[in-house]
Formats: sequence, C-alpha cells, structure tokens
Amino acid sequence: MISCDDAAIICNKKQYKEATFLEKIKLFLHRIYCKTCSKFSKKNAKLTALCDKAPLYSLPEKEKVRMKMELQDKI
Amino acid sequence: METHQLHPETWVDLYADYLFNYAIARVSDVEIAKDLVQETFFAGLKSAKNYKGTAAERTWLIAILKRKVIDHYRKINSKKGKAEVRMNYSTNSNAEGDWLEEQVADPLSTLANDSIENEELGLAIQVCISKLPKKQSLVFSMKTIQGMSTEDICKELGINPSNLWVMIHRARIALMGCLNQNWF
Repeated sequence: MISCDDAAIICNKKQYKEATFLEKIKLFLHRIYCKTCSKFSKKNAKLTALCDKAPLYSLPEKEKVRMKMELQDKI
Repeated sequence: METHQLHPETWVDLYADYLFNYAIARVSDVEIAKDLVQETFFAGLKSAKNYKGTAAERTWLIAILKRKVIDHYRKINSKKGKAEVRMNYSTNSNAEGDWLEEQVADPLSTLANDSIENEELGLAIQVCISKLPKKQSLVFSMKTIQGMSTEDICKELGINPSNLWVMIHRARIALMGCLNQNWF
C-alpha cells in the first residue's frame, strides 16, 4: 500500500516517463480504491497533453540573466 | 503597488517567456524572436514615462512588441520586389475539374483553427507559469519546456530529486487550477 502523497509523486514522474514499472503498478493499484488520486491522475494527464499540444518556448536562464543585466544598465 | 508605476526590474522574470512565445509564433525564428523581446524591453524602458497605467504591464509590452514585429517585416521587405507576393494558382497544371472548387479551403479541415487555438493555449500556459513562485516556474519550465533530465536540473540548481518532484507537483497543481476555467 502506498500513500496518496507517494501516488502523486509517481503520477508526476509518469508524466515525464520517469516512473519505473514497479511504481506504475503501485499507482495502478492505488488508483483502484482511491477516487481522489484517480481523478488527479486524469487531470494530470490532461495537463501533460495540453503542454504537449501548445507550442511552448522559453528563453534559457542564461539569456534571461543577460537580458536582466542589460536592462539594469539602462534603468 | 502603484498603478502608474512600471517595474522594469521584474520584466524579464514575468514577461520574457510570454513575449518570446508571442514573437516566435509570428517570426518563426528563435534568434529574431529573442532580439525582438530584447528590443521591446528597451523600448518599453525608453517610453516608460508615457505609460499611463490604463493597461496592464503585459498588455502594454505586447503592444510594443507588435510594433517591433511589424518593423521587422518592414525591414526585411524593404528591398524592392521582396514584398511582392508570388503565388502559383495551381501546382499541377493538368488539374481537372472546377478551378474555384479546387481553391477553396477544405471546410472539414480544422488545421488553421487548431494552430490558432494552440497558440492561445501556449500563451495561457505562459501566463499561468509566470504566476508561479520563481523557483517552481524555473523547475517546471526546465523540465517540461526544455525537457531537461531530472539529474541535470538537480545538478544545476543544487537540489535533490525528491525536492524537485515536490516542486513539480506544486507547480502542476497550481497550473491545473490556473488553466481550469478555460482549458479543462
């Protein structure tokens, strides 16, 4: 038996394909009797799908630091 | 917070990714988009005294970025003839059937709508990410957007994996709540 906190962590790992096989089984068993985690898993998967669907870009942290410095110079 | 005051020192953290996404959708080039964002910040700083506080900072910056995008296209089109639109009406010359019928868009195709909707979704996600605490938004975007491995992120930020997963968890919960009204 695993706790809901553990289940949530495994579920999050699963979104990034980093859950082990054993963890996936644990999550599966937990979801059978835990409505809350079952619901959370579904929503979490939806969020992953949304993030995959949207064209998301982000500036690397290095660039942001550089921008901040240049901006700071001009303030 | 005063309404008439801009906070340029927070711009990069709050709006850089949002503006970057907006720009990329319009110029399809990472380097150009980066420069446009940078120019937008500078221009914003320069005309900060004209900011009346009627619009939110983000809206105000987007308005500047829009001008920058237009300027960019003006610049690359300034050489004579480049602005000309050349199109071939029919790719295969021996097409049979009604010309007009062949040219209309497929009414069942949702491709165009999808890409517009996805861009909106992307911007909505960026808004939500920028509302997260700094550390969470950093971890989330490194993991989800840049697709970095857990190990690399831990090394770079000096945290341990369980720490990382807790932050990811909080970020994801917050994002679900934030995107809830429109996208779930």
